[in-house]
Amino acid sequence: MSGTPTGRSLPVTDLSLVVLVGATGSGKSTFARKHFAPTEVISSDFCRGLVADDENDQSATGDAFDVLHYIAGKRLAAGRRTVVDATSVQPDARRQLIELAKKYDVLPIAIVLDVPEEVCAERNAARPDRAGMPRRVIQRHTRELRRSLKHLEREGFRKVHVLRGVAEVEGATIVTEKRYNDLTHLTGPFDIIGDIHGCSAELESLLAKLGYHDGVHAEGRTAVFVGDLVDRGPDSPAVLRRVMGMVAAGTALCVPGNHENKFGRYLKGRTVQYTHGLAETVAQMEGESEEFKDEVRRFVDGLVSHYVLDGGRLVVCHAGLPEKYHGRTSGRVRSHALYGETTGETDEFGLPVRYPWAEDYRGRAAVVYGHTPVPEATWLNNTICLDTGAVFGGKLTALRWPEREIVDVPAERTWYEPVRPLRVDAPGGQDGRPLDLADVTGRGGVETRYLGRVAVREENAAAALEVMSRFAVDPRLLPYLPPTMAPTPTSREEGYLEHPAEAFAQYARDGVGRVVCEEKHMGSRAVALVCRDAATTAKRFGVGEGPTGALYTRTGRPFFDDGAVTEEILERLRAAVTEADLWERLDTDWLLLDAELMPWSLKSQGLLRRQYAAVGAASGAVFPPALAALEAAGARGADVSALLARQRERAADAAAFTDAYRRYCWTTDGLEGVRLAPFQVLAVRGRSLAALPHDEQLALLDRLVEHDTSGLLQTTRRLYVDTGDPESVRSGIDWWLEMTGRGGEGMVVKPLGALVRDGQGRPVQPGIKCRGREYLRIIYGPEYTRPDNLARLRGRFLNHKRSLALREYALGLEALDRLADGEPLWRVHEAVFGVLALESEPVDPRL
Amino acid sequence: MFLTISTRGTAATPATDLGFLLHKNPGNAQTFSTSHGTAHVFYPEAEVGRCTAALLLEVDPIALIRRGKGKGRGGAPDAALGQYVNDRPYAASSLLAVALSTVFSTALRGVCKARPERAAASLPLRIEVPAVAAKGGPDLVRALFAPLGWDVTAEPVALDPQFPGWGDSRYVRLVLESERLTLAEALRHLYVLLPVLDDAKHYWVSPDEVDKLLRAGEGWLPGHPEHRLITNRYLSRRWSLTRQAIERLELVRLAETDDSEVEDIDNAVEAETEAEPRPTPLAVQRREAILAGLRETGAARVLDLGCGEGHLVRELLRDARFTEITAVDVSARALAIAARRLKLDRMGERQASRVRLLQGSLTYTDKRLTGYDAAVLSEVIEHLDLPRLPALEYAVFGAARPRRVLVTTPNVEYNVRWETLPAGHVRHGDHRFEWTRAEFAVWAAAVAERYGYTVEFRPVGPDDPEVGPPTQMAVFHRDTTEQDKKEAKAA
Repeated sequence: MSGTPTGRSLPVTDLSLVVLVGATGSGKSTFARKHFAPTEVISSDFCRGLVADDENDQSATGDAFDVLHYIAGKRLAAGRRTVVDATSVQPDARRQLIELAKKYDVLPIAIVLDVPEEVCAERNAARPDRAGMPRRVIQRHTRELRRSLKHLEREGFRKVHVLRGVAEVEGATIVTEKRYNDLTHLTGPFDIIGDIHGCSAELESLLAKLGYHDGVHAEGRTAVFVGDLVDRGPDSPAVLRRVMGMVAAGTALCVPGNHENKFGRYLKGRTVQYTHGLAETVAQMEGESEEFKDEVRRFVDGLVSHYVLDGGRLVVCHAGLPEKYHGRTSGRVRSHALYGETTGETDEFGLPVRYPWAEDYRGRAAVVYGHTPVPEATWLNNTICLDTGAVFGGKLTALRWPEREIVDVPAERTWYEPVRPLRVDAPGGQDGRPLDLADVTGRGGVETRYLGRVAVREENAAAALEVMSRFAVDPRLLPYLPPTMAPTPTSREEGYLEHPAEAFAQYARDGVGRVVCEEKHMGSRAVALVCRDAATTAKRFGVGEGPTGALYTRTGRPFFDDGAVTEEILERLRAAVTEADLWERLDTDWLLLDAELMPWSLKSQGLLRRQYAAVGAASGAVFPPALAALEAAGARGADVSALLARQRERAADAAAFTDAYRRYCWTTDGLEGVRLAPFQVLAVRGRSLAALPHDEQLALLDRLVEHDTSGLLQTTRRLYVDTGDPESVRSGIDWWLEMTGRGGEGMVVKPLGALVRDGQGRPVQPGIKCRGREYLRIIYGPEYTRPDNLARLRGRFLNHKRSLALREYALGLEALDRLADGEPLWRVHEAVFGVLALESEPVDPRL
Repeated sequence: MFLTISTRGTAATPATDLGFLLHKNPGNAQTFSTSHGTAHVFYPEAEVGRCTAALLLEVDPIALIRRGKGKGRGGAPDAALGQYVNDRPYAASSLLAVALSTVFSTALRGVCKARPERAAASLPLRIEVPAVAAKGGPDLVRALFAPLGWDVTAEPVALDPQFPGWGDSRYVRLVLESERLTLAEALRHLYVLLPVLDDAKHYWVSPDEVDKLLRAGEGWLPGHPEHRLITNRYLSRRWSLTRQAIERLELVRLAETDDSEVEDIDNAVEAETEAEPRPTPLAVQRREAILAGLRETGAARVLDLGCGEGHLVRELLRDARFTEITAVDVSARALAIAARRLKLDRMGERQASRVRLLQGSLTYTDKRLTGYDAAVLSEVIEHLDLPRLPALEYAVFGAARPRRVLVTTPNVEYNVRWETLPAGHVRHGDHRFEWTRAEFAVWAAAVAERYGYTVEFRPVGPDDPEVGPPTQMAVFHRDTTEQDKKEAKAA
């Protein structure tokens, strides 16, 4: 509390609960307005107004403070500094606020405005709404304030600023301070090093392997130690010397472990038990100078419980930390960071049973920690434990950040016998952590790189949950669902509802010059996950016992009820991948393919029979007798000629419809007659290929189809068009006319560059479908081509479908990126689930 | 949509009197506007010896779909149900019945001022409907018309002659012949029975439907051997269909995404009927066995996992010792039906506070399900694909961890004792597997071992000495203190 009376600067932590303390009329609201953002300040008067329509209605005080605490709680939970503008002169009012600060693990700070009673009275008198306030109220406030002053720190305020008199209040300035644990501005790169426990030789080898020479990295990397430097091992003083030296030189950061904490208490002369390896450290320290011991004591004392690094993407602490404690400041947070959470029980070895916090972890920041010895450092829900038991004869492990690369050195020997054997902390054993309902419902949306937050409504999530739970393949084998696709803007061309001219024009407007037209296959969408072998499926996707991948539909259902059929298709695909040398060329042991499986009748026979064939059967049965009757009536002289002509047209339309659906049906026998046309490689090991230009995509796939000897794979015909060149556009239209004239389904026009934004930076449609005139009979009914019908159908609305297509596309890309980054299952599944949920949004199903 | 009505005649009773009876001149073709399209009446033949009147209804399928629909977003329930690809323009259905009653309304009432004696008398009639939508096929068509005095010819129409393997469509070419009926009777039969045979989504809803049925059915419906089916189909489906349509729109869309039908994925509950289905004896025995298994441990907080329509919940509510009943199902529709059946919205607050219905999935862990005394998984596991079962095992035994878990599932060995069940068939279309007692025992023992439970088995229903009971139940139990520690360690 330094500074001159006219210019005091008051340090206030960036995330804190600031309590203004002062009598009515002391100028709290004016002070708050001057120094804080309007939304940071919550005043009791305002809350009184909210609940009672009168800011001075004292009978509403109870409810008003409920509201105030509620709002403050929401802000603090979200990590926002909050200023409470109420008199807060009574200890009980302050106690409630301090509890609130503790609940959200932020610092409570008091700023006292100690202004003479007369000034307060004068100010109140000048305000019409307070003019009638009795003088004794101000007197009571002032009395209570004076009584409180010397207790404030004991009450729990971590900073107390008392401003005496009007001049000091007016002259004060607020200086926002960062929290000690907030090192988000440091971007590394880092080498995070696990529990060392006095294993000095291993530490030196590891540092050397990481590229440090005498504590300094040539490329300026920073080491981060997760604590437990000391105890149990052969040379804790050497480890301390190395780490302290690096921290002092600014080439390392260090968070405390529980062993440093206990050692620190020993150094301060507190009574501690010489258990869990402390005795060894104490003995090793005997030969050290008092000066060094002092230095160690200061070092340990100054350690900050955890650090938030690299823009908030990385949190380092000793024993793991749930997201709600990241960057927070309280005794509870420190204790969590050092000891982790326990269930309160002890196991048969007398050690505390740890709560599996990482299993519940859903945070965006990666949490890197140690504390619990495990045989291998493995990611679990974006957390990783680096304690690989160096002192117990395991290894000393480091994590390179942001590379996420593991570097380790083996222990030279078992330096200390473990009380219990090392074990994997991952729950669910080899199956990995199962998904939780909270991963997919009640989240309101999914953050995507491509399109920001994509909202997912509750009723859509509910429908997706039903389908995902009851019908989908194992979510671990379901890393992607294909997005829906918008049709071309409606055509005005006579006789056509869809025509490629509009699609080319749309892309031209979006500034997309080069597009590829890909033949639309007459089948069902299928996604194929092809692994090199069952071991790869088990290792990469965590699904053991057999499957070498998956083949599923647009809603994630297995394409074939019989797993053996799926395996046979995968086997044929795998053979082609091997023959085409794509494992090596793409440096992968698995591929995710987007494809079309034919014939349509294979999967959708129920729909074909019940809806399409039914219409064909009914129309086929009704027209011959109806036409015969009309002809007979006409022959008798009745005037039915117009009706007869119309019925003949209808009969012809119905026959054309029947022809149209029949093209999608052929009989298959086992896999005989089944065709798969892959049109995009979505992802391979460690990479999403969604941004690979389509010509390169098709080149890869042509190679694949060429090397297929089983007859399963089918190529996708394509034509490249320049939307700015009328001749090229004409050739595109002709190509489509020719293809659909022969009964083809149509084509999909895609920007050649795959992932493209328009001039304003908005994403453009990843594809636009142009469906053939005859094919559309299946969609819009046999008689849709009649001019009056077409006129009405042209009034279709595409905006929602287009928006849906983009949102689903963004979710699909997100799923692929998360898969490529090796993110935990729930993160990939969250995006995949979002696609399914969005598919249940209300949009015209014919689009 | 098309039908013809023919009669034969003599000089004394000329067939052309049909024109008088129908109030439509055989010399002209006439056009009438009805609520769903344009009806045309014309006569392909009109001789003394033989006369045929034809009714042709032209509907506008696009107008049919668009009727009452919001723009673009497909807001109204029929947006998802209505398809542009629709048999309505072709197959005889309720639309044709409505047209019939509009165009021939006087004839339907049996009124004919010109030839009153002929209207009151029976006459030789032949009615042909080339495509009748008939749910129930030719057999039902015969069962409906034959008792009324018709000689019935009902031939199924093939779905697609190019694909003989697909079999027959649900359309029937219908010829009715009789000498014993009046024209008015014949028309009323058609008016009622065409929609009954169609049994599909109605495009017409009016509050006086009961009166219409009574009027049109006068004299023949009460004594009809199928009058129950006729009345049910004619009247009862309408509201529940509308309600279902609203309840499962999202699922309808997901089904469409996959080119399949909503019934394929929304099959968690049987088609809803207004009447409470009578429980089968086995279902009752199963519930009794479950209640006994819960009561013997003094469980008060109970989970019904996969509660379906809430039959067990209702039983649990009747026993005050169950203070907290949480019923979970993944099917939103099942939960909506359960809430309706249990009358949750009208239940007293105290009673209602004992029960909670949650949408949840047993393939995901769920924090809301922890801390219960007992959980019931009755006829649930067999609805999951086998590869997904470990996820359920973890969610229930590993994460929710109730002290006691009761699992019932069919005993497939017993299936040979169901006379109605064809050999090799499962008991329910959605059963992904059915286990023998030995298979169930192996699974249960492995789950118990893995998650620290003990398990015992109990028969439910008559325990056949050869094939065992129809339902098998496993009762899992864990000691709270010791097992907790062991499990926490293993986790």
